[in-house]
Amino acid sequence: MTVLDYLRGVRRLTGTKEGCAEGDCGACAIAVAQPGAGEQHYQAVNSCLMMLPQLDGASVLTVEGLAGKDGALHPVQQALVETDGTQCGFCTPGFVMAMFAFQQAGEKASDDAIHEALAGNLCRCTGYRPIVDACRKIAGKPAGFANVDLDALKQTKLDGEYSSEKERFFTPQNVETLLLVLRWLPDAVLLGGGTDLGLLVSKERKRLPAVIWTGQIRELKEIRDEPGALQLGGAVTYTEALPYLDKAFPSFGALVRRIGSRQIRNLGTIAGNIATASPIGDTLPCLIALEAKIALRSEKASREIPVEEFITGYRKIALNKGEFIASILIPRLGAGQQFFVYKLSKRFDQDISAVIAAFRVEIAGGRVKKLRAAYGGMAATPKRAAAVEAALTGKPWTQETLSNIDAVLAEDFTPMDDQRASAKYRLRAGANLLRRLQMEAS
Amino acid sequence: MTAVPIAPTPITKVRGAHEPISHDSAVGHVTGRAIYLDDMPTPHNLLEAALVLSPHAHARVKRIDFTRALAAPGVVATVSAKDIPGKNDIAPILRNEPALAETAEYAGHPIAAVAADTLDHARAAAALVDVEYEPLPAVLTVEEAMAQRSYVSPAQTMARGDAAAALTSAPMRLKGELRCGGQDHFYLEGQIALAIPGEERDMQVFSSTQHPTEVQHGVAHLLGLPFNQVTVEVRRMGGAFGGKESQATIYAGIAALLAWKSRRPVKLRLARDDDMCATGKRHPFLIRYDIGFDAVGHILALDMVLAANAGNIADLSPPVVTRALCHADNCYFIPHVSLVGLACKTNTVSNTAFRGFGGPQGMFAIETLLDIVARKLDMPLEALRRCNYYGPAPRDVTPYGMTVEDNIIDKVVGQLESAVDLKGWREKVAAFNKTSPVVKKGLATVPVKFGISFNLPSLNQAGALVHVYTDGSVHLNHGGTEMGQGLFIKVAQVVADAFKIDISKVRVSATNTGKVPNTSPTAASSGSDLNGMAALAACEQIKSRMAEVAAKKFHVPAAEIRFAEGRVFARNDSMEFGELAELSWRKRVSLSSTGYYRTPKIHWDFKTGTGRPFYYFTYGAAAAEVAIDTLTGELQVLRVELLQDCGKSLNPAIDMGQIEGAFVQGMGWLTTEELWWDKDGRLRTHGPSTYKIPGSRDVPAVFNCRILADSPNREHTIFRSKAVGEPPLMLALCVWLAIRDAIASAADHRAIPQIDAPATPERILMAVDDVRAGMPR
Repeated sequence: MTVLDYLRGVRRLTGTKEGCAEGDCGACAIAVAQPGAGEQHYQAVNSCLMMLPQLDGASVLTVEGLAGKDGALHPVQQALVETDGTQCGFCTPGFVMAMFAFQQAGEKASDDAIHEALAGNLCRCTGYRPIVDACRKIAGKPAGFANVDLDALKQTKLDGEYSSEKERFFTPQNVETLLLVLRWLPDAVLLGGGTDLGLLVSKERKRLPAVIWTGQIRELKEIRDEPGALQLGGAVTYTEALPYLDKAFPSFGALVRRIGSRQIRNLGTIAGNIATASPIGDTLPCLIALEAKIALRSEKASREIPVEEFITGYRKIALNKGEFIASILIPRLGAGQQFFVYKLSKRFDQDISAVIAAFRVEIAGGRVKKLRAAYGGMAATPKRAAAVEAALTGKPWTQETLSNIDAVLAEDFTPMDDQRASAKYRLRAGANLLRRLQMEAS
Repeated sequence: MTAVPIAPTPITKVRGAHEPISHDSAVGHVTGRAIYLDDMPTPHNLLEAALVLSPHAHARVKRIDFTRALAAPGVVATVSAKDIPGKNDIAPILRNEPALAETAEYAGHPIAAVAADTLDHARAAAALVDVEYEPLPAVLTVEEAMAQRSYVSPAQTMARGDAAAALTSAPMRLKGELRCGGQDHFYLEGQIALAIPGEERDMQVFSSTQHPTEVQHGVAHLLGLPFNQVTVEVRRMGGAFGGKESQATIYAGIAALLAWKSRRPVKLRLARDDDMCATGKRHPFLIRYDIGFDAVGHILALDMVLAANAGNIADLSPPVVTRALCHADNCYFIPHVSLVGLACKTNTVSNTAFRGFGGPQGMFAIETLLDIVARKLDMPLEALRRCNYYGPAPRDVTPYGMTVEDNIIDKVVGQLESAVDLKGWREKVAAFNKTSPVVKKGLATVPVKFGISFNLPSLNQAGALVHVYTDGSVHLNHGGTEMGQGLFIKVAQVVADAFKIDISKVRVSATNTGKVPNTSPTAASSGSDLNGMAALAACEQIKSRMAEVAAKKFHVPAAEIRFAEGRVFARNDSMEFGELAELSWRKRVSLSSTGYYRTPKIHWDFKTGTGRPFYYFTYGAAAAEVAIDTLTGELQVLRVELLQDCGKSLNPAIDMGQIEGAFVQGMGWLTTEELWWDKDGRLRTHGPSTYKIPGSRDVPAVFNCRILADSPNREHTIFRSKAVGEPPLMLALCVWLAIRDAIASAADHRAIPQIDAPATPERILMAVDDVRAGMPR
């Protein structure tokens, strides 16, 4: 059962709305503080994609609890009323919760920060201007909880409310338990954040007989900032990885800000993006270009495998039964290496890529010393552009060198026409991204 | 989490018309306490429903087998076309438009429905309904439909002068084709209805609809009932934009059928994907033009075919095409003109009303054409427009024979251009482009003249019901519906102003066919014009009765009674409004009245395409600066300046919300929102993951909207205000024209851009490559 269905159906808390049931509109946003996170660490999440047991032990705040017991509006609510930030009002509770999380984090009133905070919420009526103005009013002023109806802030204890004979949900706290459950139920589904898997339940109304959620496994939440490589645990979310990516690979960090929205990134994991093995999984071309490896573990053994070998086909991965992703190892850039990733989509924020291209390039003496180029959206899996790499290696790093690169890219890929773009655009824009790279990498 | 009542705002002064008062439900919205249909307490024994949709674009339904579905857990009732007790017809204008299809005419066409104890059971069972289809050849494009002469309604023509002769003699002439795409409404609250059977076959229906009366009629037809046995209610919608004008009837009808069959309450709430596949959208148009002009920029003649993809049935397509024709002139006098409007029948979802209702497509055509002509003549677009604006007689008559009496377009455009220093702005853009080889900027303006009133004169009427209670509080009801646009607060302001009491004393109530009958849809921007006047009429009747009572009490003539500041004055005496209400009751005087209004002056001849369809016009102008990336086609709208005529605004805060919201929605139509069907006619952009409406970052970083000052409506509209729901949407055409300008600047304006809307990154990149490849001017 999704958190949204629980809130609306079981608890009859109808302030939280279903707009799309696919995590894209934000009408169902709520604020959640995971156990031990503390009350200042409320994150906005999409309740439509979250499985109810993912809330076990967490503090949950819905729009109903935001106003004080005396009816006094929370500053976020007050700001939206004052700026005329509501029209039909159906998206409003979701905006309120996204803005609440934004305010509690004490973020700045910069346009970028505001748009990043609002990217997961769609409004069809207002044109956003008054909502953005309301964000400016509340930015940088964490309101605390003085105004909040604290009775509404109960720790959710779900024992007995979820488990049934048909559906089993496990939340192991450490790898040892994970391995035990995997041995017992080798066919259980591994759930990272649920931002892809959750759609099966939310939209397709499927029941998953056995689910193991990795979100509370201590070892898998680890991030190791080692000199040789950045090591991200298998349950690290985009949001948790972001500061490290920003530091090591700024272009990767900027891309991650365009994956889904904050609500999605607060739940979704990098390992989940890899395991989904979508042709348009945005982290995959980056990880391939960066020569990242995946550390896999099972009861019997551990092994490492390059990301490009891990993806074996359209939504297929080289994960054996009983195995799980322990961590992702991303080698740091060597001397002279530069990394750039470009994403093209119809909308800048929260859209699926038509084309995504990631490049690790080394230029020396005006020539291409080494290039790893990986594309998404161009084939059944994200993959390297071998012909492009070969054609450019050793060549002068100029626009002239790239004059025939369109034809070379067409040797690497035969993309599809679909709702996101035509094959023609994918090839043309894909080639132009190499031209952009030439302008930016020197 | 108990609901806590909000303390009433203390009255500091009496707030009525023209005040920037917030939406009446604003507090309800931000606290989550505003109740939408799916939030209502569920009736005992409620069933939830799910639809069976056709996977084929065109197929005969040979057999429907419910055996497996009926055996599934929780299933109580099923329904298909064969089960309908009345007439399987919910057409809003024409006839024979079924609620449940016997021949599937588009992928997504509802064929059957299932009701079960839970939504999950209903959806699971719907997947178990076995339908045997016999696929038939499908017509998927406007071009195919035109080739086969496949139309949902007869061609419409609008003509003046001799276009053919004037084109032949014109010094210059251009022919070509333009296309603009459709648009999904993407109301955040999807289609939903709750039907509750009553005694003696009565049916009560709660529907998220802009047109409760049409839902009433549709349900009555399906169930074979007289209208008086069906009551329809709607308190608020979570957005509509035209998408719940006729479309809501289908789903309310199916819910009612299942309720009738099961004798239990049934709720039908569409999942987003079903909603987007099954319901109609804005009409995409193919435009074929032949335009004649002279070297100094006079448009001499225009021959244009506007072909709409109507989808599988007529629905509202005929009047959408009419409105497109009525706006293909925008602000320009064209001496010789021949317009043909076609509503093409295809095997795609039946397109429907969407904010602007054909107007945006008509203006898209003429504004793009003028841009092409201006580029051909190497003349600033603003100068070309000035050559062709409507002016004094005889240049003041539209192609449909209506005299433009209230023309203020020069004033509006002039004010905007000087406020933004258009010349200096353009120089800055040109200077940027000189030094920026990859990113190119574009700048363009657009004027808009939009006609207010339904083209069909009979729809231009409204009713209201006002009760004054003995404590002086007022209950207001009218035929208009609230979809977020602020109609309820605006009409409440009218009532407060009429009685001179504070707005907090006026309570608006849910729209209900049992309270105000035979209503028009809340559409065509007309909500406050029509319902405001009807409510005022009701108030005036009650006021005159109350004035008589006060006159007797104070021994003055009734004419001397004055309502002000929440009190009633007679020379030096006064009493509170509530006291007078109490006194009136004691004196046995009715404190309740209906009110009625019909728009004067309007008429329309459908056969000749002439008349005065609009009571008045509303005007606006906007300018946009955009930047495109010539390597990728990515777009940024950098700055928008806008000026909108609202007459004497009833509520500037609400009007501003309409202006900004409409503009951004129009921008979405022209940029990111692309509907994409596969070769089998299946919509592949059926959720927000694939269909991209604007997000907050897409709104221009500089976005200045202004309401035209000192411009009361010259017609006697409600307190001299003007309608505002739709017109600003078309101002987004400045973004479209700015994109064209940016594309042209990629080749130093040597070529005329060729691009269809929406201007996705793909289309922009291809157009840039084309102009750089050197298409001749």
